[in-house]
Amino acid sequence: MRKVLMGNHAISWGALLSRAQVIAAYPITPQTQAVELLAEMCAEGKLDAKFVKVESEHSAMAACIGASAAGARAFTATSGQGLALMHEMLHWAAGARTPVVLANINRAMAPPWTIWTDQNDSLSQRDTGWMQVYCQNNQEVVDSIIQAYRVSEQALLPVMVVLDAFVLSHTLETVDLPDQEQVDAYLPSFDPEFKLDPDNPRTFGGLTAMDGYFELRYKMHQSMEQSKGLWEETGREFGEVFGRPYGLIETYKTADAELLIVTSSTIASTARVAVDRLREKGRKVGLLRIRVFRPFPTEEIREILSSVKKAVVIDRNISYGSSGIFCQEVKAAMYNTANRPPIFGIITGLGGRDVSSTDIINIVERTDSKPLPDSDIIFEGVTIQ
Amino acid sequence: MLRLRRNLSRKYWDLKMASRKTAKSRKAEKKVTYPSAAAMPPMAVSSFDMSYNHTGTWRSLKPKIDYEKCIYCLICWKFCPEPAISLDSVVVKGKEKEKPVINYTYCKGCGICWTECPVEAIEALEEQR
Repeated sequence: MRKVLMGNHAISWGALLSRAQVIAAYPITPQTQAVELLAEMCAEGKLDAKFVKVESEHSAMAACIGASAAGARAFTATSGQGLALMHEMLHWAAGARTPVVLANINRAMAPPWTIWTDQNDSLSQRDTGWMQVYCQNNQEVVDSIIQAYRVSEQALLPVMVVLDAFVLSHTLETVDLPDQEQVDAYLPSFDPEFKLDPDNPRTFGGLTAMDGYFELRYKMHQSMEQSKGLWEETGREFGEVFGRPYGLIETYKTADAELLIVTSSTIASTARVAVDRLREKGRKVGLLRIRVFRPFPTEEIREILSSVKKAVVIDRNISYGSSGIFCQEVKAAMYNTANRPPIFGIITGLGGRDVSSTDIINIVERTDSKPLPDSDIIFEGVTIQ
Repeated sequence: MLRLRRNLSRKYWDLKMASRKTAKSRKAEKKVTYPSAAAMPPMAVSSFDMSYNHTGTWRSLKPKIDYEKCIYCLICWKFCPEPAISLDSVVVKGKEKEKPVINYTYCKGCGICWTECPVEAIEALEEQR
């Protein structure tokens, strides 16, 4: 069924098609419509789920963890400051190995108050043990939520499906909604081995001393590593069933590329246009979009980057005093390899400032005269001298 | 709900009593090792039997039920979080009643029972060790 949907409603449809059983969410701009539609779906009986109204995002995540620990499929959505308030519970969800799925709309952090997009909110949660998927369009939002449950319930790690504020959340796009029957066949119901059960009472997450904590963390990392294969397999099978395959990364015209643009989210869709325009000028440029950021697709990135002469990483985020976060990760992935190209790290579009294809062409062309970057962090579009 | 909780509590209690361990086997039980990474559960989760965990050693105040005052309302039993209060069938004035009995091996002395008791039949005594 083809529908014209904004990103927020794509989130709600993703949760509906995945048959989420417990939804606990607190509204926040720019996510509000996602929660409103989910509440409507529950009220109308379209979605057979318990909708829990909570007093904060911290409680929303806590409710989701409880529901998931009891064996229910739990869903929530938030954005920016809301995600920051969830921080403690994000660690708890991952450590308790509860496969909660969260849709996060990238909203720049305050102060100053802002509601527009950048990735600092979700990237601040990088080390919580959550898997992170960055979407480039509303179709991918629906598809990724369905895939997220399949991966997370096998890996027993929660998933954050991330999309840009307004650029996706409030933009109407054509979305092909999968058939419920097909989704049901693709996504089996959730039946965890360990759960809260009155007939078999257990303590979860109790005090664990030096003899066990380390091993549990080791296992978390192992599951994260194994989930790379799960994402690949789940994305491939999704393609077989629904005609839209997905992977950890997406490449565009990389086969003969000499210069590679590496980026994520909606900047990647704009970069595709920039690649075409640069190719018209005779430049051998390609694009690598990082879709799954955790687990980080190190091998895939190494394979592609080791065959190019130069890479430009465009970050809509910043680690103050260091550089762009995707850039740090790409550089770290390349360091222990023999053929690593110079990597230019660009920061642009913070606080939702528009990044056009011309901006991306300018970024690429400015690197032409430079065999190596002048600085580890290059700002594009700052209007003060 | 009351019946459910009562049955659950009884079952739990019976299992606790059935699995009383010697000091040696308790020590062995505390140390949990797994033969392989795959055999270890992914999250910190207790095994069913926590009977070796003698929470009574935490106690600084000790509840004592005065059965002369007790009206067998079972509020203490209902509120006991451990649960360290079990029920014993007795006949009082020709009527069959269920009598709350405190198990001091597990009672932490949290004070909920003596706070909740409507007739002040539970006294808090200083723990003598």
